[in-house]
Amino acid sequence: MSDRVYAKDAGWKDMAPGGIIPQAGNAEEYHTGGWRTFRPVRDDDKCINCLQCWIYCPDNAIKVIDQKVAGIPYDLDHCKGCGVCADICPVKCIEMKVEAEFEDEH
Amino acid sequence: MGQVMPLEGNNAVAEAMRQINPDVVAAYPITPSTEIVQTFAKFVSDGKVHTNFVAVESEHSAMSACTAAAAAGGRVMNATSANGLALMWEILYITASLRQPVVLTVVNRALSGNINIHCDHSDGMGARDSGWIQIYGENAQEGYDNCIQAIAIAEREDVRLPVMNCIDGFLVSHAYEMVEVEEDQAIQDWVGPYKPVRPLLDIENPYTMGPLDLWDYYFEHKRSQISAYPGALDAIAEESKRFGDAFGREYGLMECVELEDADVAVVALGSTAGMCKDVVADLRSKGVKAGLLKLRVFRPFPATQIAQALKNCKAVAVFDRAASFGAASGPLYSEVVAGLYSHGVQIPCVDVIYGLGGREIRPEQIAAIFSDLEGVKSSGQPKDPVSYVGVRE
Repeated sequence: MSDRVYAKDAGWKDMAPGGIIPQAGNAEEYHTGGWRTFRPVRDDDKCINCLQCWIYCPDNAIKVIDQKVAGIPYDLDHCKGCGVCADICPVKCIEMKVEAEFEDEH
Repeated sequence: MGQVMPLEGNNAVAEAMRQINPDVVAAYPITPSTEIVQTFAKFVSDGKVHTNFVAVESEHSAMSACTAAAAAGGRVMNATSANGLALMWEILYITASLRQPVVLTVVNRALSGNINIHCDHSDGMGARDSGWIQIYGENAQEGYDNCIQAIAIAEREDVRLPVMNCIDGFLVSHAYEMVEVEEDQAIQDWVGPYKPVRPLLDIENPYTMGPLDLWDYYFEHKRSQISAYPGALDAIAEESKRFGDAFGREYGLMECVELEDADVAVVALGSTAGMCKDVVADLRSKGVKAGLLKLRVFRPFPATQIAQALKNCKAVAVFDRAASFGAASGPLYSEVVAGLYSHGVQIPCVDVIYGLGGREIRPEQIAAIFSDLEGVKSSGQPKDPVSYVGVRE
């Protein structure tokens, strides 16, 4: 955990009024990937790099490098498995697979 | 010097808002608070205030816009009633949790159903756990004075909480009274310029407001919020004193009428307290040791001060202009009795639920309640303390 946010054992007297986090830009440190039931898996051969998935992803789980989709999912720490990318894909190269089928820690 | 003029309660509040000249008012009109918004909108179109008036599509949007405008760094005010307040419910909690100093005048009206536009306190009492400070005024003058004090209380750096300025629907909002309106400059000087704490529009110093907050920190944040209320009670008393020093009208947390040696006393909120004063004076002239505790500040609840004020009474009736369905008693009674008990004051107390949906209460009914208290004084705490006054059997 970054030193910018509260320590895990911070007490209520340590909290800034209003429930704020006194710094900005720390949503990335809050991992929401554990909510996922379905995981998007991309067929690299079918992808046409139209970037629709990157535009529509409600989080920032899809990254673009050199104008190309850099893997789906790029960021399993934040992908909640909503399936918007699979739905919007014009060539249907993204499949939503049940998370339990995977053995990795994500 | 101020000017004494005939004003309805609603227009007295609108005058206070004009003098305060807030940055943003985002409002949706609802009876009986409509005139506040209507009159203030005219001030905006006539260029008498610099306020950005946002005509929203619902009360949920109104309070959302107000909370956001306050977070951005603006001085923000609004008005509503009953079902309008109910539609704000979700956002009321958020305004308080984010510690945004919004001032909302609540013109108290019965909640549906059935549809009723007249006075009771079911709207305000329903919002009692939302984290807003609640101040109840007796008449148009107090609606004006409390509105001005509310903005000063809300914006204090040691408070930073939203405030409801409550007046009784129609009984105060639509009744003409002589109101002392202070000079514009005097009010502006008394309120002072607004210095927002960490406004979101300060883009050089960004931070995170309203993030996801689960089992790991939410409880600490709520405990931190709870710790703001005892200090807010002191701040309300201090602002009342400061207002009194400037304009000659000081209200404190409550008004105690003939309580020092009272045997029998009533506790009331809002306009009914005015009638109780007349009844107490009449009973005193007949030798009855009657008294009144007019509670001005319901949130934070001044339990210690109430226990201190009532401790020598021999029987007390608490007036509830709201029902709490399924509860053992009305909301004000529950809190007063809990406050007395926890301070070691054990005196017989009864609950009088009255005036729902604007049902009139008359001086002779209040006198009869005092008369009943004489019996309670000797018979002790009744097993069923709740009675309903003014309802047809």
